[in-house]
Amino acid sequence: MSASNSAPGPRGPEVVKRKPRMWLRRARRISQVAFLGLFFFLLFQTEFRGAFFRGAADAIRLPYPVSIFLEMDPLVAFSTAVSTHALYGNLIWALAIIGLTILIGRFFCGWVCPLGTLHHFFSSYKPESKGNKRIDTNRYKRWMSIKYYLLFGLIAMSLFTSLQTGILDPIPFLVRSLSVSIIPAVNFGLRGALDFFYATNVPALQWAADSGYYLFGSNLLSFKPQYYHWAALVGVIFIFIAVLNRAITRFWCRGICPLGALMGILARYSVFGMEKKHSQCDDCNRCLLHCQGACDPQGKVPWRQAECHLCFNCEAACPQDVIRFRFFPETAAVNPTPDLKRRRVLESVAAGLVILPVVRASTGLAKDYNPGVIRPPGSLSETEFLARCIRCGECMKVCPTNAIQPALLESGIEGLWTPILKMRVGYCEYSCVLCSQVCPTGAIWKLTESEKLGKAGGGTPGAKNAGPVKIGTAFYDQGRCLPWTMATPCIVCEEFCPTSPKAIWVRAETVARRDGSTVTVQRPRVDVDRCVGCGICENVCPVQDRPAVYVTNIGETRSRTNQIRLESGSYR
Amino acid sequence: MVMSEEDISRREFLKRGACAGAGVVSACGIGLWLRSRSRNPGRELSASLVRNYQVKIEPGLPPMAVVSGGTPAALAAAALEALGGMRRFVSRGDVVVLKPNIGWDRAPQQAANTNPELVKAVAQLCFEAGAKKVVVTDVSCNDARRCFMRSGIAGAAESVGAAVILPEERKFRDYRIHGELLSVWPIFTPILEADKIINMPIVKHHNLSRVTMGMKNWYGILGGRRNQLHQNIDLGIADLATFVRPTLTVLDAYRVLMANGPQGGNLNDVKLVKTVAAGIDPVAIDAFGATFLGLRAEQIPYIRIAHERGLGNRNYSELQVKYVSLE
Repeated sequence: MSASNSAPGPRGPEVVKRKPRMWLRRARRISQVAFLGLFFFLLFQTEFRGAFFRGAADAIRLPYPVSIFLEMDPLVAFSTAVSTHALYGNLIWALAIIGLTILIGRFFCGWVCPLGTLHHFFSSYKPESKGNKRIDTNRYKRWMSIKYYLLFGLIAMSLFTSLQTGILDPIPFLVRSLSVSIIPAVNFGLRGALDFFYATNVPALQWAADSGYYLFGSNLLSFKPQYYHWAALVGVIFIFIAVLNRAITRFWCRGICPLGALMGILARYSVFGMEKKHSQCDDCNRCLLHCQGACDPQGKVPWRQAECHLCFNCEAACPQDVIRFRFFPETAAVNPTPDLKRRRVLESVAAGLVILPVVRASTGLAKDYNPGVIRPPGSLSETEFLARCIRCGECMKVCPTNAIQPALLESGIEGLWTPILKMRVGYCEYSCVLCSQVCPTGAIWKLTESEKLGKAGGGTPGAKNAGPVKIGTAFYDQGRCLPWTMATPCIVCEEFCPTSPKAIWVRAETVARRDGSTVTVQRPRVDVDRCVGCGICENVCPVQDRPAVYVTNIGETRSRTNQIRLESGSYR
Repeated sequence: MVMSEEDISRREFLKRGACAGAGVVSACGIGLWLRSRSRNPGRELSASLVRNYQVKIEPGLPPMAVVSGGTPAALAAAALEALGGMRRFVSRGDVVVLKPNIGWDRAPQQAANTNPELVKAVAQLCFEAGAKKVVVTDVSCNDARRCFMRSGIAGAAESVGAAVILPEERKFRDYRIHGELLSVWPIFTPILEADKIINMPIVKHHNLSRVTMGMKNWYGILGGRRNQLHQNIDLGIADLATFVRPTLTVLDAYRVLMANGPQGGNLNDVKLVKTVAAGIDPVAIDAFGATFLGLRAEQIPYIRIAHERGLGNRNYSELQVKYVSLE
């Protein structure tokens, strides 16, 4: 690869007709499509679709390692390592990307990153600006260094255990945006069309609708329509950032992406890069026309190594023999460091350090904890949780009942888009542990069924014969409950209560109706020692708008302090 | 007539006039066509009749059989043999729907769902009798995908070639049930799209209705707000039993959940009874089934209502019940 046929020497002084190495660009395109395909495949498989060939006794698990893109994300690994002083589980895979980036630079951005590929596509499909105008937009600009300052601020926050990188980290950003908003929206539209055909009762159209469900049923379509709390906000942000590509190629990658910034810094000593022969450049600027990173491939200025995505468009476009990527390039034409101002670096770190105490001075976490912040089973205690959760939305995507929802401000500004259970939407399926299985960072630790149900060491890893994992406790609003206030039989909550013996118990009581007659109804109560807070009672309560039985997070296993009674506290 | 420069030609006048006229006429036409004179603009519902899948009763053959002491497959085979064979109920080319209870994310030994081996055996018997297609489905209480797998029913049914259909939302349609309590409810249509229906409940404790068996199993055809049915559970069960008249009921009492029903969870609540009751009278089957929990038919209001409505005979001892022991 380092063989150089660029020297015009042996063939005479006249300019040689150049044969550019097109295969590099072709390989990059194949890689982009393959990784994007793999990403979507794994995202679509982040749902249990029912594996009926398996036995009744088999544990229910997903058939594919659906979190690998998150696990190999260097920023996830780096920031959680900063906030927790440990590299959780499969995050070790990120070392492969980190190592390669140190060696050859930001190949991830140009070859692997699914969000980068989408931006690449959006920005090159019928772009708004053409010719010289487009060339100008692809020159490096000062604002493109914002991403480094964002990275420094976010890492400074992580240092004091408030992990906010997931808001802007491209892989969590993409998984969250697609899972919580875009895929549900596509589902809504596609189902609407297919169901319209199905409802016609015309056999041919019904067959077409069935075929559509068959075709998309294993990928795009979820088993049931999914709904998410404030999904529109997540979706609008994603669409806005996608549309920005029309004005500025890969605006996100160049200006915002903290993962790109991290990789730009890691690429400082990379041994692979661009060699420019400025003397042969006639300033046609064709290299700039399709430049992805705005890394200044053009003549007369050094190449910005920290910005380059290694897309190889410039080499393929160069009509002269100026641009060539090779190992151990001459350093004269290379600027290996990001464009940073020391003062700004210090300011961004300081800002990150200041934000945390400001946020934590709010009442939320310390004094007035929101009772509706019901975390998925196996979640760590709140501060440890916030040090790990990257808001990727994997748990929300995989939840079979759609109970896990992105928080808006329920758990404070710090907890934006962290998972909370909303029992009116779904409930925690008693023996399901899928959310804990897909969590890439251990914010929800990898529970087994017997650990969740308390048959072999519940709340803490390694604990033996502990009780079940509780996520909250149910309470009755007797003023709304049918047997309590309307002299009407009901106890659907008791029927659905999954523990054995049931946490909801009933007592037959004879109560008076308005007309003086009496009726015997069974009135439900909660045994706080048995209740695991799964919320199925709240989910099935016929008093739909504000259920007569509801779950709050008190008694949750993960908290030492959020407990009601001394003897029933399940914290271990 | 002298045309000034501002005037348009006749042709232009006619053309533009015709376009404008057509616009007015079509706007008014569409408006009048769409016009609704109803004061209540709600959507009309698909009408429905009672769904009767019963077959003619041949004199001489027993209407009900109770078999005990064997594997679920042997019990199913013996029960159908005692009734005169599956061919009495299933004809060549029939689409047969089996409606087991697949309500809960529980394993077979927890006895919250119908025994998978029993479902498999009955599906096999249907195929042997010439059924074109056997469909196994239910509208679960827990997440259906988990229930269908964990119960073992999906795997068992697919192993003999039956079609397992998960309750997809699009396949529910509003039906008029014409009940005393129930008027219009969304029903899972694949259950009704059948030539024959075999109800395959399991006997379980149920705190509100005391015991759940065959007639209660029809809750599993409903979507929508079925959590409200508890407010008058006995009348609701009777209405559904009036709406759907199955070809056959095969009652699973191989394992009986005696307490903490209907989903149980504790194996100490499960009693191994090794019995299957099959028959064409849904009321008699339920009346018999209640005895497993030490109850008499008179103690169960929905059995009384169904009996009074003439859906069957709760005094099963008046029928020619054939008792078989395999031990």
